[in-house]
Amino acid sequence: MDVPRLFILNETIRNLYFHVCMWFGMMILFGTSFVYSIKYLRGFSLRNDIFAHQFAAVGSFFGILGYATGTIWANYTWVSDQSQSLGSILKEPKLIGAAIALLIYGAYFVLRGSFTDMDKKARISAVYNIFAFAMLFPSIWIIPRLVGSLHPGAPGSDSGNPALNFKDIDSRLRMVFYPAIIGWTLLGIWIATLKIRLQLIKDKTLFHE
Amino acid sequence: MNKIVSKLLLFFSCLLCSTVLFAQENKPDMADLMRSNGKIYVVVAVCLTILIGLFVYVFVIDRKISRLEQNKD
Repeated sequence: MDVPRLFILNETIRNLYFHVCMWFGMMILFGTSFVYSIKYLRGFSLRNDIFAHQFAAVGSFFGILGYATGTIWANYTWVSDQSQSLGSILKEPKLIGAAIALLIYGAYFVLRGSFTDMDKKARISAVYNIFAFAMLFPSIWIIPRLVGSLHPGAPGSDSGNPALNFKDIDSRLRMVFYPAIIGWTLLGIWIATLKIRLQLIKDKTLFHE
Repeated sequence: MNKIVSKLLLFFSCLLCSTVLFAQENKPDMADLMRSNGKIYVVVAVCLTILIGLFVYVFVIDRKISRLEQNKD
């Protein structure tokens, strides 16, 4: 497949199919987890709590992969070509925002692990999960769009909005990008369902099935 | 316990990868591997990171299933 020929980025524009899809997948998995947390709080069925937990786990894993791939990509496009030092990269609002969002989800798992009573654990972590999902919006959607950054989508860069401005993406990229989002997300959902089934078998005695 | 240790290991190995990659700055722009051929090896590195990460994650789940199977008997 042919890709647009760009300066600095060169062939690394193909990372769009991997790095960006990880964040899309993460957002969808966290959204699913959020829905199951609300469902848990409506009926207090422990089944929904297991669903919420495992979707959040796979979502966080996708987030870590997105972060790791982002560091590699940034190292070869931001560091030397625009005479940027490591110090200016560490100040990137997008990096800090994503790190905060992932740490908030890290605290979700710490919180879950610290309870011995199952119902209390499920109830408090469901409430916390709703808070964590709400915190995603300022930390990875809003603040990085308000302040200048090297990352595409920030004011000051002429590359436009990376996630939602669909006019910005070249049609050749779009042909691979959209199926890639669907594919990576389905892979994440599949792994999450495997983990859910495993957990359901483990807790079978609790459900008296 | 083992589960937590393996998860932490995975996380820190991710962190370690990124610091090693960041440490390669402050050099004149040489034609080293990652910058050659239109930086296609950066895409390879990103692809491998995701694949290795996924394999490790699925492997950890596999071990959990094996442990569950052993407990059943």
